[in-house]
Amino acid sequence: MPLELVCPAGNLISLKTAIDNGADAVYMGFRGNTNARAFPGLNFDEAQAAEGLRYAHDRGRKMLLALNTYPQTDTWTHWTGAVDSAAKLGMDAVILADAGLMRYAVKNHPNLRLHLSVQGSATSYEAVNFYREHFGIQRAVLPRVLSLPQVENVVKNTAVEIELFGFGGLCVMVEGRCLLSSYCTGESPNSAGVCSPAKAVQWKETPAGLESRLNGVLLDRYGKDEKAGYPTLCKGRFEVSGETYYALEEPTSLNTLDLLPEMLKMSIAAIKIEGRQRSPAYVAQVTRVWRAAIDAVKKNADDFTPAPVWMAELNKLSEGQSHTLGAYYRPWK
Amino acid sequence: MNLSLGPLLYYWSREDTLALYDEAASWPVTRIYLGETVCSRRHLLRLPDWLELAQKLADAGKEVVLSSQTLIESESDLKTLRRIVSDKRFLVEANEWGAVRLLSEAGAAFIAGSTLNVYNPETLDVLAGLGAKRWLPPVEMSRDSLAAILKQAPADMETEVFAYGKLPLAYSARCFTARHYNLPKDDCQFRCLDHPEGLSLSTREGETFLTLNGIQTQSAGVYSLIGELPSLRELGISALRLSPQSHHMGRVVQAFYAAMEGDISQAAALARILPGKPVDGYWHGKAGLEYAHGEETC
Repeated sequence: MPLELVCPAGNLISLKTAIDNGADAVYMGFRGNTNARAFPGLNFDEAQAAEGLRYAHDRGRKMLLALNTYPQTDTWTHWTGAVDSAAKLGMDAVILADAGLMRYAVKNHPNLRLHLSVQGSATSYEAVNFYREHFGIQRAVLPRVLSLPQVENVVKNTAVEIELFGFGGLCVMVEGRCLLSSYCTGESPNSAGVCSPAKAVQWKETPAGLESRLNGVLLDRYGKDEKAGYPTLCKGRFEVSGETYYALEEPTSLNTLDLLPEMLKMSIAAIKIEGRQRSPAYVAQVTRVWRAAIDAVKKNADDFTPAPVWMAELNKLSEGQSHTLGAYYRPWK
Repeated sequence: MNLSLGPLLYYWSREDTLALYDEAASWPVTRIYLGETVCSRRHLLRLPDWLELAQKLADAGKEVVLSSQTLIESESDLKTLRRIVSDKRFLVEANEWGAVRLLSEAGAAFIAGSTLNVYNPETLDVLAGLGAKRWLPPVEMSRDSLAAILKQAPADMETEVFAYGKLPLAYSARCFTARHYNLPKDDCQFRCLDHPEGLSLSTREGETFLTLNGIQTQSAGVYSLIGELPSLRELGISALRLSPQSHHMGRVVQAFYAAMEGDISQAAALARILPGKPVDGYWHGKAGLEYAHGEETC
């Protein structure tokens, strides 16, 4: 079935919320830095994962484990141990980025289904097919850099299922190819599972306005009437040639509801909702809207238009209360 | 240990590009990486021009490597990649896994570029099995992490380290240079040509922070490991990559070469011609923008 709805589960409550609101699958991570949302207070231990899995499977849904950071040499066994746990628990798939870890998984757990993480940075069918041939991956999550026709070209030239990001925080950079966070703080998604880590964030009221800093670097300064968002590095205001603006990207979220008919027509296997770090309330609202939208587009793709109430609800949950089609829409580039 | 001249990351006029390589032919670099790795819209040198240049430099005694584009988006990007792979006269640096697939299918030995994200010896071993003979760690990798990998590295694998230049940190579908000029990427008017060392980005309090280079974001700070030659040697690093800049590149190469020959005054000489403040935090396991050299006790 195309357009499987894959929702984020930062913890057990979010997992159950996602399933209760219509997710076909949930994705989650173990505690520690084996996944790209290695935030304090987030993620699952093995017992919680087992409970989540029972909850999902009892209701005919799937659970996917994100192991999508790059294993470090001296802690390699943390990642292999997580792969072993996934197989033992009966996860429906593991989402991997690292070729060495894929080789380990194939060798030791040949029946474990592998998905290529967005962190694997595969943007062409040649790259996707590489992982298919060597490690038998069944699905690839594409980085948020391709236009829709470019996505279609990938789909047409691979047997691998393609999953796309549909909604949530927008990476402006190719996932897996962005070291801005470690340049500023020493920790990147690739090596530490975090971007713009909370422990490096400082807020300060100054006469010039509220300032947000990351490891001392000024990311933005907010006027009285401006709403301050989480200081993600690529969404700060900077000066270039004397002009101060959002030099990389505005605080905005990806929202592709408008593109659902095209995604259905090109047989996109799954739509991923970003936000394992967000609240269960976010998970509930986003899942409900996307469930309704996917059901509607499957019923009648030709007459599909996103209901204004869906868009309004999603906008409320968006960074900067605004949304973009991102790179799927070529002029964004 | 010898020197490599990395691929030119900026977009220069044809004359300036050719002048760089004219000069480089006589510099003490063992190998030269050629080709457009950042943006497919940059066309003042097309693949046949790069191949002609490659042959010329090979005839001048340089080891030549063709570097592949880091972000592949279109079928036309793939077409260029296939032509690079099928030429077969020169080694190729694979900067994404599609290139790895094509090179290994062609049975060609290759260089595994830093954006392949090799963070552990298992992945390096996968690449060795596919034909990689040299690799570059991600630029964020610390000396200690690299040492841990090298203890278990496949036999005969050569390691090249990015040792000089503004650090390539991120790639995007979006062109930040075009964005700065309020131009769409498809009609960017090739504004990168006006910025031979990228467009400097500062914080709102005037601290230089990053460099915009089309779809690539670089550090503003200049990474330099000229003061780290003993530890690089100890690790068994076979080559140091120097990334071209628009001024004094010949002097940069000479400084590294003389330093490798034992002239300890070269670090200070290099400091005087850096096109930005020095950074080396990554090498010391810190934030990349830090400058730790000389402050370490270990």
